[in-house]
Amino acid sequence: MTNLPSATEKKLGLAIDLDTCVGCHACVISCKEWNTSNYGAPLSDVDAYGASPVGTFLNRVHTFEIKADNRPAQTLHFPKSCLHCEDAPCVTVCPTGASYKRTQDGIVLVNEDDCMGCGLCAWACPYGAREMDAEAGIMKKCTLCVDRIYNENIPEEDRVPSCVRTCPAGARHFGDFADPDSNVSRLSAERGGVELMAAQKTRPVNRYLPPRPKADVTGDGQIDIPNPFLEAKNQTAKGFLGWLDKALEKI
Amino acid sequence: MYPAPSVILFTSLSGIGFGLLAWLGTGHPAVTYLTAFTFFFLAYGLAVGGLLASVFHLGNKINAFKAFSQWRSSWLSREGIMAVASLLVMAPYAIGEIFFGQQWPLFGWLGAAGAVTTVFTTSMIYTQMQTVPRWNSPLTPVLFLLYALGGGALLAGQTGVAMLLLIALGLVQALNWYLGDGAFAAAGHTLETATGMAGLGRMRLLEPPHSSPNYLMKEMVFVVGRKHVRKLRMISMVLLVLLPVLILLLAPAAHVLVGIAVLSHLAGVFVARWLFFAQAEHVVGLYYDMR
Repeated sequence: MTNLPSATEKKLGLAIDLDTCVGCHACVISCKEWNTSNYGAPLSDVDAYGASPVGTFLNRVHTFEIKADNRPAQTLHFPKSCLHCEDAPCVTVCPTGASYKRTQDGIVLVNEDDCMGCGLCAWACPYGAREMDAEAGIMKKCTLCVDRIYNENIPEEDRVPSCVRTCPAGARHFGDFADPDSNVSRLSAERGGVELMAAQKTRPVNRYLPPRPKADVTGDGQIDIPNPFLEAKNQTAKGFLGWLDKALEKI
Repeated sequence: MYPAPSVILFTSLSGIGFGLLAWLGTGHPAVTYLTAFTFFFLAYGLAVGGLLASVFHLGNKINAFKAFSQWRSSWLSREGIMAVASLLVMAPYAIGEIFFGQQWPLFGWLGAAGAVTTVFTTSMIYTQMQTVPRWNSPLTPVLFLLYALGGGALLAGQTGVAMLLLIALGLVQALNWYLGDGAFAAAGHTLETATGMAGLGRMRLLEPPHSSPNYLMKEMVFVVGRKHVRKLRMISMVLLVLLPVLILLLAPAAHVLVGIAVLSHLAGVFVARWLFFAQAEHVVGLYYDMR
């Protein structure tokens, strides 16, 4: 039934750190790999080697530039996938009952056996989190890797969404936002995690951690940001090499 | 939003079809036998033809029958149910007029109420979209109802009321265009709110996430033909309201001319409906720096 649950036991979701994301798209690729080769219809590509390739992805990385007055410009890599909203408009518009939000963990899913491919849920989503698969004609979306996170057939460290597992920068964090002491709740509280397009009143679960302020290199011309990190450490070698080092210094 | 031909056909044809059914069901005109057959053939043809066109829009048609199940939350589901229910309720009324030369007003009035409700539920599919500020307005249902009842009255030969409804339609459509042009800005969505990064500075897209358009861009970031908006609006206004009203005013009894008025109105509906989709800006376009 496409009515939304009034509350869910857990609120599983992602905290995405825009300070550490390097925009490498590894999460995009690992997401595609896991979700095309496991449950449900694969994520198809059309004209993959032709002039205008197009394919289904559940995760996309946009890159923006931010420029404030009298501040240096900075780059913002912005990964975007389903935010598993508490008031998910994509669920209530679904006419067939294919879309639903799980009461146990809040994950928003599509039952592909019921989807008729009308695309209305994709219209209702402000974030572009849903993409209709061109081959299968049914709606695909992020499942928060529901087939990994509870999967006891894979090693415990792999029981997180594929994008989180693969991120080389450690920019993606998975956890329960309903628990104020969880890793993601604490991260979001410390770093002032924000929700996207709050005015749409979708109450997304995922949080984005804004980039830390960059040092101003345009101010007095003195570039001293890296200094604290580059201070010569007293790295004295020991033993024979230490003696050699000192002896050579004296010559 | 992408102006899919199937969806333009669906909303235009079934809207006029249900509008005509509403007039027939209330006995305007009260017709019998062969005349009744002609009217109901036209009305059912338009309504059912439109509904069939909407099925062509589906990616997985085999599950279309499941769309009747979620009436508790989904306007699309409600629309499907109301469409089928009003066509069924109207059927005995049509049979009475065509085969027995009798009016059974209970079925007629119920069917007419159902037909109007169907058009309302269609309009709510678009009106409910907070993601498309141009549609997310109380004027959208008013507009859809005026399109259906105005076009229906024209087809039903209700000259006087058709003229009044078409003029009202023209006025509300013009107001809708005027207000719609400022709707996106009024909703206050920007790239900064879309990314949650308001306060850090001005933002712009540096690099898109993919090198060729994807489903989202094809479906929701349709910008083709916007430069012709002013011309298309004028063309649709002339075809939709001006020409039909002039014909009804000057030659209400000339069948050929009234036929031209109907065709002109229908062409105007198609142009206006194309604009309804092509001009609608979805907030997801913000992430692509395109609306």
